[in-house]
Amino acid sequence: MLRLEKRPNPSRFWLYATPVVAVVLTMFFGGLLFALMGTNPFAVIRTIFWDPLFGEFAFYLRGQLLVKAGPLILIAIGLSLGFRAGIWNIGAEGQYIMGAICGAAVGLAVYPTENRLIFPLMILAGAFGGWAWAMIPAILKTRFNTNEILVSLMLVYVAQTILAKASTGFLKNPEGMGFPGSRNFSGYPAAANPELIAGSGLHWGGVAALIVAVAAWVLLSRHIIGFQIRLSGQAPRAARFHGVNPSRLVVLCMGLSGALAGLAGLFEVTGPAGQISIDFNVGYGFTAIIVAFLGRLNPIGIVLAGVLMALTYVGGEMASTNLRLPAAAIQVFQGMLLFFLLGVDVLTNYRIRMAKGG
Amino acid sequence: MDFGGINPVILIASLMVASVPILLAALGELVTEKAGVLNLGVEGMMIMGAICGFITAVHSGSPVAGFVGGALGGAALSLVFAFVTQVLLANQVATGLALTLFGLGLSSLMGQNYNGIKPPLTGALLPATLREIPVVGPIVFGHDWMVYLSILVVAAVWWVLKATRLGLILRAVGESHEAAHALGYRVRLIRLGAIAFGGALAGLGGAYISLVRVPQWVDGITAGAGWIALAIVVFASWKPWRALIGAYLFGGITVLQLNLQAAGSRIPVEYLSMSPYLVTILVLVIMSSGRGRAALNAPAALGQNFHATR
Amino acid sequence: MTDERTVLLAVEGITKTYPGVVANSDVTFSIRRGEVHALLGENGAGKSTMVKMMYGLVKPDSGRMTWNGAAYTPGSPGEARSTGVAMVFQHFSLFEALNVAENVALGMENPPPMKELSARIRAVSEEYGLPLDPSRMVGDLSAGERQRVEIIRCLLQDPKLLIMDEPTSVLTPQEVEILFKTLRQLSSEGTAILYISHKLEEIRSLCDAATILRRGKVVGTADPRASTARELAEMMVGATLTPPARRPGEKGKVMLGVSDLSVASPIPFGTSLKNVAFTVAAGEVLGIAGVAGNGQDELLLALSGELRASPDRVRIDDAPVGDLGPIDRRRAGMVSAPEDRLGHAAAPDMSLIENAFLTAQARKGLTNKGFIDWPATRAYAEAVIKDFDVRTPGAHVAARALSGGNLQKFVVGRELMQAPKVIVINQPTWGVDAAAAASIRQAILDRAAEGAAVVVISQDLDELLEIADRFAVLNEGRLTQPRPVEGLTIDEIGLMMGGAHGMEVAHHAEA
Repeated sequence: MLRLEKRPNPSRFWLYATPVVAVVLTMFFGGLLFALMGTNPFAVIRTIFWDPLFGEFAFYLRGQLLVKAGPLILIAIGLSLGFRAGIWNIGAEGQYIMGAICGAAVGLAVYPTENRLIFPLMILAGAFGGWAWAMIPAILKTRFNTNEILVSLMLVYVAQTILAKASTGFLKNPEGMGFPGSRNFSGYPAAANPELIAGSGLHWGGVAALIVAVAAWVLLSRHIIGFQIRLSGQAPRAARFHGVNPSRLVVLCMGLSGALAGLAGLFEVTGPAGQISIDFNVGYGFTAIIVAFLGRLNPIGIVLAGVLMALTYVGGEMASTNLRLPAAAIQVFQGMLLFFLLGVDVLTNYRIRMAKGG
Repeated sequence: MDFGGINPVILIASLMVASVPILLAALGELVTEKAGVLNLGVEGMMIMGAICGFITAVHSGSPVAGFVGGALGGAALSLVFAFVTQVLLANQVATGLALTLFGLGLSSLMGQNYNGIKPPLTGALLPATLREIPVVGPIVFGHDWMVYLSILVVAAVWWVLKATRLGLILRAVGESHEAAHALGYRVRLIRLGAIAFGGALAGLGGAYISLVRVPQWVDGITAGAGWIALAIVVFASWKPWRALIGAYLFGGITVLQLNLQAAGSRIPVEYLSMSPYLVTILVLVIMSSGRGRAALNAPAALGQNFHATR
Repeated sequence: MTDERTVLLAVEGITKTYPGVVANSDVTFSIRRGEVHALLGENGAGKSTMVKMMYGLVKPDSGRMTWNGAAYTPGSPGEARSTGVAMVFQHFSLFEALNVAENVALGMENPPPMKELSARIRAVSEEYGLPLDPSRMVGDLSAGERQRVEIIRCLLQDPKLLIMDEPTSVLTPQEVEILFKTLRQLSSEGTAILYISHKLEEIRSLCDAATILRRGKVVGTADPRASTARELAEMMVGATLTPPARRPGEKGKVMLGVSDLSVASPIPFGTSLKNVAFTVAAGEVLGIAGVAGNGQDELLLALSGELRASPDRVRIDDAPVGDLGPIDRRRAGMVSAPEDRLGHAAAPDMSLIENAFLTAQARKGLTNKGFIDWPATRAYAEAVIKDFDVRTPGAHVAARALSGGNLQKFVVGRELMQAPKVIVINQPTWGVDAAAAASIRQAILDRAAEGAAVVVISQDLDELLEIADRFAVLNEGRLTQPRPVEGLTIDEIGLMMGGAHGMEVAHHAEA
């Protein structure tokens, strides 16, 4: 019989190896799933993981990679700070929507004024929108000890109704001939978030993601606040003994993750999505949870994981057009990845031994 | 007897139906949490139950088989959670989230060819003569068998937890797994059972949505019901009968806002449709700030993994 | 041959190893019917592993046990119980949110219905002078009462062998007397008792035979009544120990003043502090005794700054700090060490370097504008490791990889090397072997001699009497008036500790 035995020290090797093992296992079992569905698993895996990078249309798809990875990384880094501290903001999708609505509202309010300050102001408004939406669960938690998981998640549904109201009501394009959705920012240069280098897919969101990743890495490894975040997650009682104020940490982590999700929403709505519409959000807020764990809650890991997850999105779309693989299959694939990662993570802290008898 | 176009008898009768899914899921989660396990994957297990139940019912033509299939689907997914958290000792919060994300994707994949199909009808249980009695008829006798079953499950869970040795052991494991282990109880096996039971009830609740409430298959059909069920467990402070009250309260709000929308109320539709979620938050705030008894009733080992060292 | 027939349980050549540790090596001894048998040894000598094998919680790697001459291989505690082995755990195997009767039922194979069980609990508790209300919630009971729950749970199953793992560490001296009376009564009725302890005087007054373990091996057997405590101690430790040396230091000005301190407990089923007041002068050691769960943890939290009060309730060197958090109190000159090393005083999964930063950051200036000076932190961790003889492969290893004694030396050293004005330590030597305990006590006394004001909270009376100048007791959240240690008798201390909790009825009944 096999049994687990706790390692005296966490294994460095497995710390880095587990994401790789998880990806390989997911490819294998995902391939099995695709085979069961009657598609050629090798073709699917190739379409998802190879073609977007080196295939025939890679010149276009590589750009799409950054478009998708940017918001995922931005949100995931914010979430990872909270997850590390044991603060579970899982309502990033709602904060992402509210950031987009707030930022877009500022831009649309001054339409069609042209001024250099408009886009920076919208960025601030976007971050504020996400921050404020995240403050609701944060303050309810610190004041009333309410579970932040449930509250932040409930607020996703509320944000979605507000989004519906925004795109059919208060932000609707007055010249849209009755169709739902706001004005398109691509026709409003002062408020748009265009591609910075043609064909690269890089827009301000991608730039922000890289800056935030570096800042988060410095914070976690060099700064006392990062130390307090890590300590609070690993040993809450030791954190209080050190002198961490748990309420302040909740407000800080929730606020940061909310603001970053809001930023991601603003960059998305002014760039790739182009307008506030009832379904401009495509679940980045939830996928970012997978990205955060896949990146081992480490900023550099998250950048890599964000790109990998973007690959499954871009490649998944390819697979669904070329190989008629249903879009849901990609969602299953991503869910599987998270499971395998959480599962094989056991090897970081435990050793598997053969036990005699049982 | 109408109030603003809403008949109170029909309201009560339909809230009992509307609450069945969240009630069943909440009871399952209550038992799981009583054993010390926090499974946040209720939404995922519910939607797996919804699609498995739907497929089984459509192919067998039997709603009963459908509900069994739903329960099995939910339980099967919960076993994945059980394996990853109890054997591989993964974080329960993260694994629960993974379960939900995975369940949503898998159900959507499985349900691709089932859009727009009608499932076999789950009819009323009792004869028409009883159902036609005014007031009492629709409220007490007018329902399908699942409504009665759900109330029966409340009573059963209450009795098992309170009065049986199995219930005592379950509570003991949720209170202190170290002490339970020291006395020779098999902590992980008991938790495994509790997780599977929770999964089965969540699946049953999910199947009720796709077979009775809606009744058809739509992607993301559960629409947050699993999360509301989690909130109800907190609201109920881990007591089965209070879970019934909680579920009926939420069912009532859902039905009321739907009725108000249909009756053309002056309150904008958006505010009405976000009301169940806002009420959930409000109730969580009230229950959590009470702190005293409610907080003490939470199982002490909730969410902690157990690994026998020596 | 007659001897063999009276043997109840024989242990022959039992060996049990864990990765990196030999817990038991070729252990052989036997327990006779009706005998009170002591298993004596230091922390880490392998006593607990041995009894866990007897109770079916752990399987031996090799060797065998016989029960009444027949092979005994319990696969689970349930099997052990049905054979007739019962056990009272050191860290109670009780459930706080369940009532007494439910707790008892969980420890039985086939418990009767609750009503009948409650009646039997009442009957047995009266028979043995251990009053207990079956319907009370265990979380509301004192440590002594909780132990009664465990004992009654065992007695209800008519055990042939009762294992007691360190039973007196949670009792007042008066409660210990009552426990011994119960155990002698049981032994006279034919029940064998395996009594695990490292307290020599207790063993000499209670036990008929003793087996002494050191580093997992049997190093000898003794007749405790015919041996002196010193002989037993030397067998147990394997060396002669010198008690810590005291340099009579000058008492200086008051460095720590606590007045009228009342705080609610943040711990479920905890004890709130009520009007606690005391002062400690520079160079002085105040010992605070008390049975576990009488507010010791809360007092440490209130002094370290994890729990806050109004400013004047706590003063360090005349500065009001009652409303400040741990970091500011450290800056003001106070260091503290909680009882629970792994999880409270140190983060298990963090390295010793990070754990050094945990409390030394403020006083050792390890940050610059919030940025951490890791090289300086590493140097400090290495200094602690060197000066306090912490056995570790290096400063980079995780705290959880250290043995209890070594981690305790690291935690204590980390605090003492910050040149503190005030030191507060809860259970400085709990679960630490004798040599490490002696060096920790010596280090504390040295700091006092250098002018620090020291508060030591401990459940080990001998330790307090050895190092404290003045002595006070925490009882149900209240602190007695501190008294000079010189001239105190054990009886007086017992009364300060509140005598025997809830036993007044039993006393009168017997009187």
